[in-house]
Amino acid sequence: MIALLVRDLRLAFRAGGGFGLGLAFFLIIAVLVPLGVGPEPEILARIAPGILWVGALLACLLSLDRIFALDYEDGSLDLLATAPVPMEGVVSVKALAHWLTTGLPLVLISPVLGLLLYLPPQAYGWLVLSLALGTPALSVIGTFGAALTVGLKRGGLLLSLLVLPLYIPTLVFGAEVVARGAQGLDVATPLALLAGITAGAVALLPFASALVIRINLR
Amino acid sequence: MASLWEYANPLKFMRTTDWLLPVVAVAAVVVTTIGLVWGFFFTPDDFRQGATVKIVFIHVPAAMMAINAWVMMLVASLVWLIRRHHVSALAAKAAAPIGLVMTLIGLITGAVWGQPMWGTWWAWDPRLTSFLILFLFYLGYIALWSAIDDPDTGADLTAVLCLVGSVFAVLSRYAALFWNQGLHQGASLSVAPGTRMDWAYKAPLYICMVGFGLIFVTLVLAGTRTEIRARRMKALVARERMA
Repeated sequence: MIALLVRDLRLAFRAGGGFGLGLAFFLIIAVLVPLGVGPEPEILARIAPGILWVGALLACLLSLDRIFALDYEDGSLDLLATAPVPMEGVVSVKALAHWLTTGLPLVLISPVLGLLLYLPPQAYGWLVLSLALGTPALSVIGTFGAALTVGLKRGGLLLSLLVLPLYIPTLVFGAEVVARGAQGLDVATPLALLAGITAGAVALLPFASALVIRINLR
Repeated sequence: MASLWEYANPLKFMRTTDWLLPVVAVAAVVVTTIGLVWGFFFTPDDFRQGATVKIVFIHVPAAMMAINAWVMMLVASLVWLIRRHHVSALAAKAAAPIGLVMTLIGLITGAVWGQPMWGTWWAWDPRLTSFLILFLFYLGYIALWSAIDDPDTGADLTAVLCLVGSVFAVLSRYAALFWNQGLHQGASLSVAPGTRMDWAYKAPLYICMVGFGLIFVTLVLAGTRTEIRARRMKALVARERMA
């Protein structure tokens, strides 16, 4: 399983695009929104938590179809299915690799983008913490969506239609943490709920993803 | 011993629905007509809402069926995953567009009512938001069905999506509640004491609910029959080609 993780990480770094693309997309959103809304600091500070969370969500979405598509096309996925590693493990490792290459960089770069959007200083910690807690859920849910659409020729658009509604709870609680943090309110409740969603998704969804992959490989 | 599972046999299902479908269809038309006519023409105007209150006779039953249709799809998907009865998968497939339309009716009638009453077509109220999210879930489910060629794979994948989607739909509902306190009034009908709706409205509303339920059953049965026939035709064409 560690070999699989190393292999996936190497592919993401070397194949070009996969790694930097999500980050660049996140940056572009943080640049486009002020251009569209106007440069007033009060408005930007008010909407910054939502923009940053929606941006992170879309950036995650962008790289989802890479999780299984290439392995499905060249047959590695069939080999993985017959390997002694259980499919649930394979799926979890894939989600972990996706998080390490997409979610983690987003978490690390988010304070810089918060700066661009005049995020209030007291909210930076909560922004990083909420993204760090929430992006694993995005990766795991996204892996499920990618597993559902792996056999389809043009699954990209369908994938976003399937996955985005599933992202709603994570988005609501994640953005709520940052918004409350920005106003100096208590963030414990949304933070706990966000962590709960992530824990539940990480624990249970790999079983659904593995089931779906097996169906698709039939 | 007769059991419910006998109807999982497509032949038995077709034979039963041959006579059941017209009965349910006629009942649906009669009951809904009675309910709507009573509701629209033989109830008094509300003293604050005026005649707009009467939209409740479409709005509430449609909203109720929108949720019930998803629950029915969930049960049918479970039956398909566990017992592999094809009729069940096809019934889930047939129910999805109906649920979608019911959701849309709920949203549109709500908007039409909200414009004069709340002064806005749309508000980001938890109930309204959850319904919009439910609409998105229906869209995704239907899109996945239509994207997959192989019927059994499609049935499997959409069933799993329905299960996972149900969990996230419920989560979204509570997330929306958490996210914004609403404008929408509480449940129109409640078993809790002190409900404010008068029997003059309640009686036709109950009839409309039964009517909408019957309409749903009619459409699902008809849709499932169509799906079964489509499968048979495909099988016949395939057999023709083999010969």
